[in-house]
Amino acid sequence: MIKESVLDPAAARYRKVVLAGQYWMEVVRKGETLRIVDLEGNQAVDTLFFNADDPAEHFSASDTIREQRNIYLTAGTTLMSDLCRPMLTITADTVGRHDTIGGACSAESNTVRYALDKKTMHSCRDNFLLAVAENDRFGLSKHDIAHNINFFMNVPVTPDGGLKFDDGLSAPGKYLELQAEMNVIVLISNCPQLNNPCNAYNPTPIEVLIWGAGD
Amino acid sequence: MTKLITSETIPGGKHWSMIVWRNNRLKLTDLEGGANVGMLFFNPMNLLERYNAPDTLKCQHTFKLTAGHCLYSDMGRIFCSIVDDTFGWHESVCGNTTKASTVRKWGESSYQTDRNDWYQNGHDSFLVEAAKRGLGRRDLPANVNWFSKAVVADDGSLSLDETAAKPGASVELRFEMDTLVLLHTCPHPLSDAPEFPRKPVLYELFEGPPATADDPNRLSAPENMRGFENNRIYQAGCCTRGHA
Repeated sequence: MIKESVLDPAAARYRKVVLAGQYWMEVVRKGETLRIVDLEGNQAVDTLFFNADDPAEHFSASDTIREQRNIYLTAGTTLMSDLCRPMLTITADTVGRHDTIGGACSAESNTVRYALDKKTMHSCRDNFLLAVAENDRFGLSKHDIAHNINFFMNVPVTPDGGLKFDDGLSAPGKYLELQAEMNVIVLISNCPQLNNPCNAYNPTPIEVLIWGAGD
Repeated sequence: MTKLITSETIPGGKHWSMIVWRNNRLKLTDLEGGANVGMLFFNPMNLLERYNAPDTLKCQHTFKLTAGHCLYSDMGRIFCSIVDDTFGWHESVCGNTTKASTVRKWGESSYQTDRNDWYQNGHDSFLVEAAKRGLGRRDLPANVNWFSKAVVADDGSLSLDETAAKPGASVELRFEMDTLVLLHTCPHPLSDAPEFPRKPVLYELFEGPPATADDPNRLSAPENMRGFENNRIYQAGCCTRGHA
């Protein structure tokens, strides 16, 4: 569902451009709004969420799609935790569809998908693992790296049960917003995948903005 | 060709776990039709290596799981191959029933009133079997649900096709590495059955021959050829157990 935001970027308490292939990890407090902007179009933004007050509770793709009985994430979707509790709600979306079935790229999955010698290329899981190691105050480790969201990715299921990686519905400047239902740690890997035509083999920057509660 | 090691019928709404050695086969049979078997896989030598549904689905460009597919770990290796399947469409994205969803769907039930017929849920079942091996909530990824055909409409809506239930349907897995298997027979989380479904499942464990060079699972896609090669390197270079 396409829904425009009413928030003014000039009023955001935080703005940052996250370069292609980098990770970004910050706390967004309950009631605050996070916007992710696809600056150049068709970028994959691999994202995990954790309960900031109990990081053992994490975003769960299964709980989210099962509870809404729909595999696509868009405005109106509530992102659920592995305890089936609401973590964030998507409050605006100018794309209309985001994926949470395709997971993240990793050195190891690249060997299977592309070639054994792709294992040394940069990947989202390497970003996730470095992020939790560099931010060890959160107490996260590989145990906690669950299945992520791929914002701006379009992964439809065919009637005969196939999975397609279609050209994205995103475009330069498209965005989505999420309002936090609890204090959350947001971990983004701005995907560095160079083997997949879905981003035209060209990972690009994104921008993240945060508005305080009540703004 | 194959020798039966053990077989057992697990009633509906129960859970179990086991280690299956490489090359052995696990065959599941939905005796009455309408069963669901939730299943997870771990490497018993390194429990941080676990089943990865997204990697499994995307590398084979599939949403459903059936014969010819391989089930992957997060380390690019194949836990097991689906070598035979008379059901045709199993799913791996919907997760499990929980205490709360079970009460919402089928009402209250407890050990005190119902003894061992209380309404067990898939989430708690996995927690118990995981804890036996030192695993916790953080270690539980998306699971397979055997004998459950979840379908997706054009608009993304997700539903369970309960007309697909087939008495006697079976699926057979050949393990490509030593694997810890957690399983439960609790209902599928999208089941709309009016009564708590309590469907028994037969499992049979066989000794079997390893995959040959021209094995259909290995040759089903270039991705699976590379997955088998990752397993070969692992077994030859990393695995210290003598039996392989």
